[in-house]
Parts: sequence; structure tokens; C-alpha cells
Amino acid sequence: MRMKKIRTPQELNSLRNSLLKQIDPNKPCVRVCLGTGCRARGSADIMTSFKDEIERQGLEIQVSCKQTGCHGFCERGPVIVIGPKEIFYQKVKLTDVPEIVSKTLLNGEAVDRLLYTDPTGQKALYEHEVPFYKKQTRLVLANNGRIDPTNILDYIAIGGYQALAKATATMSCEEIIDTIEKSGLRGRGGGGFPTGRKWRSCREARGDVKFVIGNGDEGDPGAFSDRSLMEANPHSILEGMVIGAYAIGANQGYLYVRAEYPLALKHLQTAIDQAREYGFLGNNIFNSGFDFDIKINQGGGAFVCGESSALMASIEGMMGEPRAKYIHTVERGLWNKPTNLNNVKTWANVPLIISNGVNWFAKIGTEKSKGTGIFSLVGKVNNTGLVEIQMGTPLKTIIYDIGGGITKGKRFKAVQTGGPSGGCIPEELLDLTVDFEKLTEAGSMMGSGGMIVLDEDTCMVDVARYFLDFLQNESCGKCVPCREGTKRMLEIVTKITRGQAGEKELELLQDLARTVKGFSLCGLGQTAPNTVLSTLRYFRDEYNAHIKDKKCPAGICRDLITYTILEDKCTGCGACLKLCPQQAIDAYGLIHTIDPAKCVRCGICRDACPFQAIAVK
Amino acid sequence: MVNLIIDGVNVQAEEGSTILEVAKFYGINIPTLCHHDELTPYGACRLCTVEVDDGRRTRLVASCLYPVREGIKVKTHSESVMKGRKLILELLIARCPNSKTLQDLASQMGLEQVRFKMENEDCILCGLCVRMCAEQMGSGAIGFVGRGQKREVVTPFHMASEICRNCGACMYVCPVVDLQCRGVKSPGELCNSCLVITPQCLGKYDQVMCTLESCGACVEKERKIV
Repeated sequence: MRMKKIRTPQELNSLRNSLLKQIDPNKPCVRVCLGTGCRARGSADIMTSFKDEIERQGLEIQVSCKQTGCHGFCERGPVIVIGPKEIFYQKVKLTDVPEIVSKTLLNGEAVDRLLYTDPTGQKALYEHEVPFYKKQTRLVLANNGRIDPTNILDYIAIGGYQALAKATATMSCEEIIDTIEKSGLRGRGGGGFPTGRKWRSCREARGDVKFVIGNGDEGDPGAFSDRSLMEANPHSILEGMVIGAYAIGANQGYLYVRAEYPLALKHLQTAIDQAREYGFLGNNIFNSGFDFDIKINQGGGAFVCGESSALMASIEGMMGEPRAKYIHTVERGLWNKPTNLNNVKTWANVPLIISNGVNWFAKIGTEKSKGTGIFSLVGKVNNTGLVEIQMGTPLKTIIYDIGGGITKGKRFKAVQTGGPSGGCIPEELLDLTVDFEKLTEAGSMMGSGGMIVLDEDTCMVDVARYFLDFLQNESCGKCVPCREGTKRMLEIVTKITRGQAGEKELELLQDLARTVKGFSLCGLGQTAPNTVLSTLRYFRDEYNAHIKDKKCPAGICRDLITYTILEDKCTGCGACLKLCPQQAIDAYGLIHTIDPAKCVRCGICRDACPFQAIAVK
Repeated sequence: MVNLIIDGVNVQAEEGSTILEVAKFYGINIPTLCHHDELTPYGACRLCTVEVDDGRRTRLVASCLYPVREGIKVKTHSESVMKGRKLILELLIARCPNSKTLQDLASQMGLEQVRFKMENEDCILCGLCVRMCAEQMGSGAIGFVGRGQKREVVTPFHMASEICRNCGACMYVCPVVDLQCRGVKSPGELCNSCLVITPQCLGKYDQVMCTLESCGACVEKERKIV
């Protein structure tokens, strides 16, 4: 237990210098990714195995081993990086450990088969050579793969809490807010509201007690950027929050994190305890007379609690329901006190801006959207994972250069951004540069940074149905347009996917979409029709095919498709025959046939056929 | 005092009052279902939505919650507002077709057709009873449970509440449960009868207004048709 708290920037510097002296830059160090993705692939065992192997060979003094957070390239997990050369290994197995220790750690040689090989056969030795990382600009996620998230000293050694020291020792509250405002930082939760302006409103709001909140309630299907940041670099979020609270004049902060993120909760709590121990939280931080502490609030898993006013209601112990924000939360938020809520990614940007200055940050990104955007790249793309790019990067670069293109060489159809509130962007807009305005113009939004790539085998009506189903389940039910409207929209879209809807229903669907968008109480309802509206805008022909021709062009909607066996391709091998759960396949002759009356369109036969002899129409 | 324009008329209003209060004061009728003067505004039914132009942009807001501001221009019955209100009402009637309050509103707004599959619920989830019980009766015996489609007003754990005094205040404020249309009508039909035909009870009972039972106008109408 450390007794003496750090009270001055000098003390922080001397601690950092002593830490840097202790670390031998040439000492080999294995960094094992223990983010959720790699953990699921067994990286925790690999970590233990490394420790055991090092101990067995008696190498504790020569080499070291530590856990880090998510490196982002989850597709290729478990990922490890070996310093000082920064050799990047992917898809590491337990059995590879002894070889890595003897070859790479002791002799500095690379194990060829563990290196990343791109589709052309080119091998990459280092992380920055891997195409997935090449076009990324990792600022917020930069240290994810470098530091041990459970060790504050690691964070201090890379320059952590220097921004807080700088802010409290040399800057006035006004100066801090000015800096954030001029940097052009905008809310990373999806709305994109200028952070500096929000802080200023909260600072100027009348009230003796003020609060700051970090929103880590990430609930979009397919999004995991907040999660990864909270797990991998919790101190960066805390540091941002302390700086923000200092500038705004808040003495209590809350971190709202969903209970489904146990690792994030654990790491954040550890980080908070450590920050308290070192005096970065608590009373009289850096001798500035400023007191601040942070409490974690666990969310119960309601998607709507990511909405600021519902989140605040939830912290208050009430039902997670939004309220109208005609009086902003910066004036009347948590317990009716001025409250500044930012996404955890926004908070993590703050120390970077304070340390590196306004000009540094303002140079990154586009005119109106500064800095970087973090996207969870998932779906039918070769390199799934967490991507941080400069604002203004074209979608094409993200999907093809970073993402490595579409899986199985299929054709790209659309990309769904912004989670359930966002929309689908079609192929003709692939050159679109990603920033807040451009995405909104295209009928989608930045949202929490989900990016789901869809290929030609995706039915866009079915995609709309999926997101509507999610939203009508997650609507809190308070206001009529959202509760009843999304339910009815789902009814209509489901009818369309079954071929039971006509032009009238489509018209009603559009009317409903407009009303739900315009009349709903909170952001959830106001954005709920986006997927329907954007798919209607770009994929009208698919809706028409379902409605008029009663066909599903992508072959997804079960009621509108038939499975047939192509005579010229079928060899009569019987692979499909054995697997069909309905015994719908007849094999009287050599060529098999499918009885449409028995077929339930499960697709098992198609997956089983080695000759692609089963067609869907 | 704050100066604003409602439906083209320059009016003055007290600071802190809502658009709904001001409109009411000046005799403009904005339909509501979840609002009660003595209870905290809730903003759930969205029927009171109006169009507000604050100089920067025009947007749709719930008038029961939106505090008046200097110079705003309010349209209480613009085309987009009416279109949305009608659709919201249509959604509500599809949920609770037997509510006289809703059927009457439909007649007033000229809603002619319900295009959704009819359900047979009693409650529109306006939350008046919950607020009444907590705020005016100081009891808090009932509350919302569940999310989205599963939302309902119940006592904790669906058990008889120990703190409920059976005062009936919840029934008193409820806009839908007490007033049930008992008329004969096919599902989805909007009856419109009550507004078209003079209620049968008038004349017979000069001083009495019927509230609990259907006035019978709809039954009368049905008989005439047959």
C-alpha cells in the first residue's frame, strides 16, 4: 500500500522517471492481449503458460510478460506482441508458447507461421506493417496494446496523468474549456455535440452541486469500442473525467457501465482504487483544492439507458426512462443538478488534447469533425475488429484496406453504421468520407461506432426487420409513437418479408416512420425508423420485389424462396439427403429433388452440398 | 412576461409556463391524454405535440413540457402536427378500441379508418394513475413494470398492495377505463355516434351526466342501421 499521495507535477515526474529507469528498453517482453475477444480464444491460458514457461526456464530476470487490453485485430486472436522489437504474432496457440520463448524471446528470431500473412502471401513482422493497422490513426486506442490496464504505474510510465497535472497546475478552468472548445472535439457517443460548448453550459449553469458522468452503456448489436477502451485503458477515461470535472466545477462523477461488461467493470474499479491511492481522485487533487471522486453504476442491460436522461434516471434508482430535454441536462440533470454527460471515448480524448495542445488535435480530421472515430468493424468483412481512423477517411478505405474486403470474395452490398439508430449505406456511396455530417446526410449516423458490413447474400428488408425487432424490444414503452409505432412498423415489415404486404402497407410504413421520427420523446424513438428509411431510400427495388413479385432477391426471406437442385451439377452424392431434417429430398434417380411442400428452407442442404448444386430462387 | 406567437396571434405568457398552459389560457384546444393540471407533466401520449420555430429551426415538441420562450412561433394545428396526431390516435385506438375517450377524439380529429390489427387492451399507459397515486394521494401503490410491449401498470409483484387504500383516485383520473364504449360495432370501426346523435340520457335526467356507462347513442345508431 502506498501511503504518500502525489501532490505536485514534480512528484509525478520523478515517479515517472524512476519508473522509466526501472524499465530496460531492451529487455524482451511478451504482451498478451487479454481483451474479451482474445480471452474467448484462450489467451488467458496462453498468458499463464508464458509465465510458467519463463519460470521453468528460469528466465524471470531476462524476460518479462504482461497482460494488455484489446489490440483491435480480434479476427486474428489471440494476439501477442513481443518487445523490444515489437514482433506481432496472431492466432497463437498454447502449444506455440515454448517455441516463442526459446526462439523469439531468447534469440530474437521470428516464428514464421505465427506472423500475419496477407492474401498476397506477404508476411508482416510488425504490427504497423499489417494492412489492418496501416491506415489507422490510433490515438485513443494507441496504448491499448501497450499497458497493463490493471497497473496504474504502466499508465504513469507512458505519460499518464501528466495532462491532469498540467491542467490543474498551469491552466484555469476557463482555459481548459477554451482548449477543448477550440480543439473541435465532439461527443463520441454518436450525437456529435461540441464537447467544449457542453462543458461551458454546465460550468455556467446555476447550481451548488454539479455532476459529471461517463457513459459506458454501449448496447448496440455489434459494437464493442467502449467496452474495449474501458477494459484496456481505464485510466485514460478517469483522467479525462477528472480534468472535465475540474473545469466544470463538479465534485462527484459517475461511470455508468452495463453489468454485461464484467471485465470493464473490474478494470475500472481497479483503476479507480489505484487513482485514489495515488491521489488522482479524492481530496485536494494536485494541491489545487479540488476534490473529486468517481462511483461506478452498473446498468441492468436496457438499451435505452444509454440515452442521457434515462441513464440519469437509472443512476437515481428510478426506472430507466427518458424525459424531455427541453431544459438541458447541463442545467437540470442528475437529481435536477447541472450534469455533464459524455461518452467514455470523449473523456479519453481529453487528456490527449490537453497534453498535445489544440493545434495538434485540430489538424486531425475534417473541418467540422476533428480527431478520430472508433468503429467496431464487423459483419461480412475479412478483418473484423476495432478500428480507429481519422475523421474523413473514405468508407472504401475502412472496408477494403483495413477490413480486407468482403469474406469469400462476395460482392459488397451495404454497410450499416451507427447501430440500430443508424442506417444502411449502399455501394454507390462507398467513397463517402466518414464524419458526423456526411453520415447524417447519407441517412445514417455516427452512433456509437458500430459498422456492420453486409454482402450480396443479405436481404435489406430482413436487415430492417432485425433492427426494428431489436428496437421495439428495447423501447422503454413510455411514449406512444415509439412503443406502438415500432411495434406496428415491425408488423408491416414482417408482412413484407412474408410476401403478405401490398403498396398500401408500404405507404403506411412510411407514414409511421415519419411520425415515429418526429413525435417520439427521446433519441431512441426519433432514430428508430432510420434503418427502414435508409433501406427504403437505397434499396427500394428490394422492397418492391418482396411486395410486387413476392420474391426475395437475396434468398433470405423463407416464405418467398424455393430450394431446387440443379440437375447438371448434382452428382447424387447424398450429402444433402442425410442432413435434411424434413426428409424433403427424394433420390429415386441419380439426381435428387426437393419436395417444396416438405421443405422448410433451412438451408442445411445448400451448406452441405459440395458441388453448389442447390439453388435458391 | 414572455412574448410569443401562437397560431399567428401575438400573446404574452408568464415565464416558466408551458405552451399547453398558455394555449389553454387563450382558448386554443390542444388534445391531451396523459396530462392533468395538478400532476407533473409526463409527455408520454405525444398528442399535444406542436410545431415550434425558435428562430434557428422548426421542430416538433410536446407542448405539455415545453416552457415558453421569448419570440418563439407556435403552430398548434399545422398540417404535419395533425397528420402525426391522427396516426398516434390511430395507434392508440388499435390498442384500446373500446375507449370512448379515444373514439370521441377520433371523431373530433376526423380520423376515419384504423389500418392496424385491433387489439383489446384497456390501458393506454398514460401514467395518470401512477402519478395521481404518488403525487396527490401520497401513496405510490402502483407503478410501471416492464419495458416496451411488456409495460403495464401494476402493484409490486402483482400482489395486493398493503399501502393501497382503495381510494379510487386512479380510477378517477383514468381517461379510458371508466368510459367504455359498449356499442355494437365490428372491429376497427370508428363509431362517431356520440358526437353525431344527442345522448339518450339527456332530457330524461336533466341534472345527471352519464359517465360510467355508454350513453347508448351508438346502440341507437346500430338499431337505425339495422
